[in-house]
Amino acid sequence: MSNEQLKAYLEITFPTCKLENTIDFPVLIVEKNLLFATMLQLKENPTTLFDFLFCQTAVDYLSRFELVYHLTSTTFRHDLVVKVILEDRDNAEVASVYNLWNASELYENELFDLFGIRFTNHPNLRRIMLGSEWPGYPLRKDYTDVNILIP
Amino acid sequence: MGVNEDNLNNFPGEVYKDETGKANFMVTNIDKLANWARSNSLWPLTFGTSCCAIEMMSTASAKYDWSRFGFEVARATPRQADLIIVAGTICKKMAPVLQRLYNQMPNPKYVIAMGACAISGGPFYYYSYTVVKGVDTIIPVDVYIPGCPPRPEALLEGMIALQTKIKKSRAYVVDSPKNEKE
Repeated sequence: MSNEQLKAYLEITFPTCKLENTIDFPVLIVEKNLLFATMLQLKENPTTLFDFLFCQTAVDYLSRFELVYHLTSTTFRHDLVVKVILEDRDNAEVASVYNLWNASELYENELFDLFGIRFTNHPNLRRIMLGSEWPGYPLRKDYTDVNILIP
Repeated sequence: MGVNEDNLNNFPGEVYKDETGKANFMVTNIDKLANWARSNSLWPLTFGTSCCAIEMMSTASAKYDWSRFGFEVARATPRQADLIIVAGTICKKMAPVLQRLYNQMPNPKYVIAMGACAISGGPFYYYSYTVVKGVDTIIPVDVYIPGCPPRPEALLEGMIALQTKIKKSRAYVVDSPKNEKE
């Protein structure tokens, strides 16, 4: 499907979700509670078949987190960005998509490590880059550390 | 059978020749002899953590060829190396590994801090939560080579400076630390 066709399809299929457009990918903004169901449908539905999660990351806006999922389909070669907004920044928690794409195991470990976002139903949520005793989450905008030098 | 004088690379001492013009015997002291041998056969550990390591590999390869100065036997184990060139950024997770590698090297051992990252943290000095700000906060450093990364000529210059330093040092320390029970 082309981006326009995909957008038209998504508008009909997910009427509650907001649709946006970037330069290259359509963006689907999903409710936090509906994330897993929406992802499951996007992956399993034979018209979309998003079977490849090629990037998963988060953005800190100080008032909220935005989780960003980049999906592509190896069958149809179309791409989609799915965003989830987490309003509760201190207790950010969202469903893991590990059961849909195994690649998300390490992505979610990294997000937990650097942003402190917890994923329910993740098989082994742990810090992978920093030591297990590291205090705080360095990629948060309000992170401070006594060793950081600022000129 | 004498020693051909061409093979005596700046021998620190007096060389006595026989009537055929070959070196017959040599007089020197043991410190100078040991330093002469050590400085001309430094075995570097192959340890590189980032872009400086590319320059280090270039220095080892044919164009710059550090074998000319006696560094040819790069070792992949710290047990057989006596020089570690810290080529690259050392992050906090790498620091204990570097420290252990240094501890595993047999004495005498020498350290070259190559490039801005190894000297002070370099481009990661400010705003960084991961980078060790200077490798001399972990292990003692003999020679610092500035640059980002230093050119192979600069690395060779630093290694020759280390050789000069070794040649001027005491090879054998007489009063080594004694066991307290004795």
